[in-house]
Amino acid sequence: MTLQQTGSPHQFPTGSDAFPHRHLLGIAGLQPWEILFLLEEARQWVDLNKKSSKHADRLDGLTVINAFFENSTRTLLSFEIAGKRMGADVVNMHAAQSSIKKGETLIDTAVTLNAMKADAIVIRHGSSGAVQLIADKVDCPVLNAGDGSHEHPTQALLDALTIQRRKGDISGLTVTICGDVMHSRVARSNIYCLTTLGAKVKVCGPPSLLPAALDRFNVEVFTNFDEALEGSDVVMMLRLQNERMNGNFIPSPREYHHLYGLSRERLARAKDDALVMHPGPMNRGVEIDSDVADDPARSTITEQVEMGVAVRMACLDVLTRKSRGVEGWS
Amino acid sequence: MKRIFTNARLLLPGEEQPREGSLMIDGERIASATDAASHEGAEEIDCRGRLLAPGIVDLGVFAIDKPAFRFGGITRAALMPDQSPVLDLPAMIKQRAAEGKPDLWSHPIAAATIGLEGTHMAEIGLMKRSGAKAVATGRQWIADSGTMLRLLQYCKALDLTLIVHSEDAGLTQGAVATHSETATRLGLASASPAAEAIAVARDIALVRETGAPVHFRQVTTQDGLDLVRAAKRENLPVTCGITPAHLLLSDIAISDFRTFTRLSPPLRSEDNRLACLEAVKDGTIDVIASGHDPRGPEDKRLPYAEAAPGMAGAETLLALSLTLVRDGTVSIGRLFELLSANPAKILGVEAGLLQAGYEADFILIDEDSPWQVDTRKMAAAAGNTPFDGLPVQGRVTAIYKGGRAY
Repeated sequence: MTLQQTGSPHQFPTGSDAFPHRHLLGIAGLQPWEILFLLEEARQWVDLNKKSSKHADRLDGLTVINAFFENSTRTLLSFEIAGKRMGADVVNMHAAQSSIKKGETLIDTAVTLNAMKADAIVIRHGSSGAVQLIADKVDCPVLNAGDGSHEHPTQALLDALTIQRRKGDISGLTVTICGDVMHSRVARSNIYCLTTLGAKVKVCGPPSLLPAALDRFNVEVFTNFDEALEGSDVVMMLRLQNERMNGNFIPSPREYHHLYGLSRERLARAKDDALVMHPGPMNRGVEIDSDVADDPARSTITEQVEMGVAVRMACLDVLTRKSRGVEGWS
Repeated sequence: MKRIFTNARLLLPGEEQPREGSLMIDGERIASATDAASHEGAEEIDCRGRLLAPGIVDLGVFAIDKPAFRFGGITRAALMPDQSPVLDLPAMIKQRAAEGKPDLWSHPIAAATIGLEGTHMAEIGLMKRSGAKAVATGRQWIADSGTMLRLLQYCKALDLTLIVHSEDAGLTQGAVATHSETATRLGLASASPAAEAIAVARDIALVRETGAPVHFRQVTTQDGLDLVRAAKRENLPVTCGITPAHLLLSDIAISDFRTFTRLSPPLRSEDNRLACLEAVKDGTIDVIASGHDPRGPEDKRLPYAEAAPGMAGAETLLALSLTLVRDGTVSIGRLFELLSANPAKILGVEAGLLQAGYEADFILIDEDSPWQVDTRKMAAAAGNTPFDGLPVQGRVTAIYKGGRAY
């Protein structure tokens, strides 16, 4: 399997595998050409998804289990649609964490899923590292759909694809990420993904919501949002969880909006054509104002959702190539 | 009955290096620890040049685990009150004190507060009468300084040492790691290492006020150790301990979400680890203990933040501690002060020294014997060691409790 030379600075080395990993547990540790390969693969599904008949048969006969131990609507839906459009039989296991905690352990659940001979398992869990724990116990590829505050790799890939389609090469762009970085798996995966692809990343948030040692992540750290926005090509807002709003981490949502909310005036500090991104669901009027979020020229929020399906189709395809016996994938 | 252990290298009180000689025991006690004048009537046991050291007094274990203690050369273990149910009643102390006899003595430590909840004082006077040799706050600190002050006044009057856990719970709530790049990469909730210094500073201030003896069970940061060092210079009755984990591992060991590295307090930065080694060297640290807490898969094969803290440390305590001798941090004589003499002194028991009149608790050691730590082959009730796979040297070849081999 070789990849076409694209002339990018992160060229895929001749003779190695395009994507040699069994699972997709995180972006950390991926090589730039591996990320670019997944994005390149996703592009064909973007085109397919725009057609009236959106069906491919690559995963015919395969079973994909979506095991969601944490509440989710959009990610679960996105993975379900991705699997079905690729022709797989998709089963959703929606276990709220509380019911799992009462009885079966996570390992027992993993062994059970494995015994059902899934060809890929997509997992979301509220605890960091839980997805890796399951991946170690099963025979099929595992896709991390978000684990605790650790990683959410497909979100970072869909964000990268969105940026690529609007801005071209990610290398050299300035991206500002703002919000609750401490508890955000989206922020972590995006920091790895964007810095690996050569973007300059600025990270901003209230000091009580910035994690330790953030300066060790090849990013510039800000607590003043106005300063962080200067010269940005992309502004990525993070969701502020309701449970952080009540005085434990920040004094109030209205103060948060005053200091870290993205308004139209504030956005003017970024470049004139800066993109506005949000992983959803949004708290309108808290981290982002509606007139910014709904501006079709600037906001990519619905496009991100669209790219999400394509990226997940590509990930399911690439990770199952070995088991499907695709030529060159051994 | 008298027995003499000849051809041994004896680790005698106050001496840095072992000296060749014989140990004479009479029944359960040591008769003489230098060359006895007369061997007559004594059964002779040839130690073939082995190191003969005091049995290890393990201060602060969470389970009585005889096979592991035997492997590790531990003849006495002080059991933390963090049991189910909590050791907060005299009857429980009495029951647990009898648990290991005769081949192991267990010294149950009285809970300082009922249920270790940090609010109501437990009956520590009655528990002392039932055999408690010390009092402990368990695996948490007592947040209310008023309660802490009154506890210390009580401990002072009863001549009991209060063993404390040094982490300000306001800072560490929900945290499973120390603030670090690794914790942030893994997305694990972490806390500032200052949580330790805050707790140590408060308790030292209360020791100054009451004069009550306090043992900080684990001090693992530069700032915490500096406070203890200064308090000792003031001649305050404070001592502190540590486990080999904080001497040999730093927080990068938590990478890969290995729950065997989930400890309380959590592993610290490399700078702090080096500060701990320095504190062993300069005498700030008084005790090295195993913190033995065997935990099976139901507690450990979980996502990191949901796993129980603790490690099975009894078997590896001696071998890992001998590393400190090999790398020149301490002499072998000083090591056994940390492992045996000092913990015995804190508990107020006549053990931990090869001294005439003391309990004949001792071990024979082959310091060079190599082996590999293997989580699947441990004698302990569970194999949750963060040192899995590590090649180590030094093992116990014989163990005697009260003159009796077991």
